[in-house]
Amino acid sequence: MAAAEFTMRVWRGDAKSGAFREYRVASDEGMVVLDVIHRLQATQAGDLACRWNCKAGKCGSCSAEIDGHPRLMCMTRMDTFQPGGTITVAPMKAFPLYRDLATDVSYNFEKAKTIPAFKPGPKEPDGTRRMAQADVERSQEFRKCIECFMCQDVCHVIRDHPENKPAFAGPRFIMRIAELEMHPLDTNDRLELARTKAGVGFCNITKCCTEVCPEHIHITDNAIIPLKERMVTETYDPVIWLLRKLTGRK
Amino acid sequence: MAGEAYDLHEYDVIVIGAGGAGIRAAIEASAQGARTALVCKSLLGKAHTVMAEGGIAAAMGNVWKEDNWQVHFRDTMRGGKMLNNWRMAQLHAMEAPDRVLELEEWGALFDRTKDGLISQRDFGGHKYARLAHVGDRTGLEMIRTLQQHAVHKGIDVHMECNVQRLLKDGDRVCGAVGYWRPSGRLVVFKSKAVVLATGGVGKCWKFTSNSWESTGDGVTLALDAGADLIDMECIQFHPTGMVWPISVRGLLVTEGVRGDGGTLKNSDGARFMFNYIPEYFKNETADNEKEADAWYEDKKNRRTPDLLPRDEVARAINAEVKAGRGSPHGGVYLDICTRRPADYIRKRLPSMYHQFKELAGVDITKDMMEVGPTCHYIMGGVRVDADSTATRVPGLFAAGEVAGGMHGANRLGGNSLSDLIVFGRRAGHYAAEYAKGVKGTATVDAGQIDVAIRELLAPVTRTGGENPYAIHADLQECMQSLVGIIRTASELKKALEEIAVFKQRLGRVRVEGGREFNPAWHLALDLHSMLSVSEAVTLGALERKESRGGHTREDYPFADDRFGKVNVVIRRKAGQFSVAQEPLPEMPAELKQLFQERK
Repeated sequence: MAAAEFTMRVWRGDAKSGAFREYRVASDEGMVVLDVIHRLQATQAGDLACRWNCKAGKCGSCSAEIDGHPRLMCMTRMDTFQPGGTITVAPMKAFPLYRDLATDVSYNFEKAKTIPAFKPGPKEPDGTRRMAQADVERSQEFRKCIECFMCQDVCHVIRDHPENKPAFAGPRFIMRIAELEMHPLDTNDRLELARTKAGVGFCNITKCCTEVCPEHIHITDNAIIPLKERMVTETYDPVIWLLRKLTGRK
Repeated sequence: MAGEAYDLHEYDVIVIGAGGAGIRAAIEASAQGARTALVCKSLLGKAHTVMAEGGIAAAMGNVWKEDNWQVHFRDTMRGGKMLNNWRMAQLHAMEAPDRVLELEEWGALFDRTKDGLISQRDFGGHKYARLAHVGDRTGLEMIRTLQQHAVHKGIDVHMECNVQRLLKDGDRVCGAVGYWRPSGRLVVFKSKAVVLATGGVGKCWKFTSNSWESTGDGVTLALDAGADLIDMECIQFHPTGMVWPISVRGLLVTEGVRGDGGTLKNSDGARFMFNYIPEYFKNETADNEKEADAWYEDKKNRRTPDLLPRDEVARAINAEVKAGRGSPHGGVYLDICTRRPADYIRKRLPSMYHQFKELAGVDITKDMMEVGPTCHYIMGGVRVDADSTATRVPGLFAAGEVAGGMHGANRLGGNSLSDLIVFGRRAGHYAAEYAKGVKGTATVDAGQIDVAIRELLAPVTRTGGENPYAIHADLQECMQSLVGIIRTASELKKALEEIAVFKQRLGRVRVEGGREFNPAWHLALDLHSMLSVSEAVTLGALERKESRGGHTREDYPFADDRFGKVNVVIRRKAGQFSVAQEPLPEMPAELKQLFQERK
């Protein structure tokens, strides 16, 4: 695609008030939405707030809603849009707005604190830690997460019902629990947490989180569903329930 | 701005910067019992470390039993063209394996060998496969592991807080002044010790692999506090950055591509690196394709010249393009598609596959990549004591990219992530120890705070017509064209003249909008750092009249033994820079032997 002009409809405003503003701006060959936003800052709207760091899809800072879809601005190419058309860029909706495209994502950092830390078991007799590649790969998939928080943004449990926030950790942190539970060395038990404070039960497997994940992590299939299954098995299975009663184990 | 309100926090140790070095320092200081705060410009977990791809260099010997710290030390010193602080290089090589294993204890999941140990991959300048890695997203694994560990240690993390000035009580550092990016409110930290872990300076150049954060804040804070800078002229241009599309020009292409079998080719399809093997590395470098390709499987062969240290490869690419044998967009070709199976490439280099597919529309399992040099790393930086990371200013410590000495004139790939955790830990330890020895609370001088606040608010209060984005673009153009890979006295002098003009223009910057999350204001303040850094780099480049590692002079094209024995030291007093040559620390005889015994 050669250079083309677009109308960028960008949300401007803060927590109190705001509106979409339209800017005409040229885009050159190979540009992404973040390039155009930077061009706007340099030429038409110096104080336009947005976050970005790596500009390579590795840090997860520049999440926004582009034409209604949660996307990384740095990985959304301009040549996927009709030249001359209008592109709407809005901040993530599930989080309180600071200004323009920058939101207050502290909810996520608060949830991270509530998950018990990794706790390894004893080392091998020779002092090493040995793990098979196949065993580490399950958790490695989840550790690809760049914390763009778009899965949190799109999850209707909190997007449409902010009142659920205290009782629901969101896909990112349910996945973090699954990651630790599947870590070959970890010894902590987080199932009770998953059931109660993290609110895994809220998830009704619509897979919206998986769809928006820029790292293509199978959040629902590989993290949330196995966790739900284990929870059901350990909490509600009558045989295990009876065994627990008999042995006195929690 | 007397009367301007600010938040006030008090700690034993504040760590500025939350990349690998900063988080590791905070963890250590906190473990020593110091009240510790981690202060960072971005959200936690977004620092530049997250972009590191290839791995962490550590002589663990998991893949090659022959590897040990002496070999790693020797590789590091030779890669740095012997300009390294030998003691830093020694500590680094000795302690890196323990630091990697420590990450594993904190939950990191590295790729494994067949025996279930941490796998290690080949990289440029390293004699043995030595880089612990997770595919090509090792930096993400490191930062997430450290971040998650720090969060559970209860360390105070102040995110999106930009520190702009240090406060002093007599000779020693006693705090810092900054602002919260979201609200624009000002903040003062009272602190017995300060650790600088602010990373690099790449944003002074036009084509860089660095993020917006790499504006050299720590270099400038140290300079203004009275610390020394060394060897600022030694800048690493990573040989393989993307060159197309123009909007992603400079974005890093990991050396892991070559470590895993990729090779550089020119427009004639020739593997040109065989024509650029310097005398210095002749004995250990393969001079034919057969031996080079056999080296990947059997280290009895000599190493492929595709994996010469980065400075050599960057200059070679530069020369090929100049000679008219470049690719259509002004780079050369990096070929892994004809050399390794598609499955292997996707497994070993998932981020590269993704990056080229999404941003350039190139499938690297089918087509060659176009690559060229990109400003990546500064070897020079704040002069520190090797063991304690202390600067010459009491209470001020520095670790990671902001510190100089460890990497000499050129850094080997993989040695940065290990540097971060080795010296991050040391900085945290010695900063906490120092803080324990400081009696009572520090006195913070209200006058210094007033001056700082006045300077910080100037761009939003004064009248003037300069646009900070325009100054930044002009500075990047200047540094790219005049202080780039190949330098010459006349161009360096021209750069100094231009920088002087940029400084005047910065004094007239007025940004629109208010103080709440205003990127124009943030840039105006960061430009203060970038201009100091640019001037220091240019002065250093003029002073070092030789070519060595990441500093190449067209007018002095060879290494000069006299300059090989000195650091170029830069100081600033009352706004005036001074430049001096001072002797390198002398390496003890038993370490010198390592460079004589083997070839």
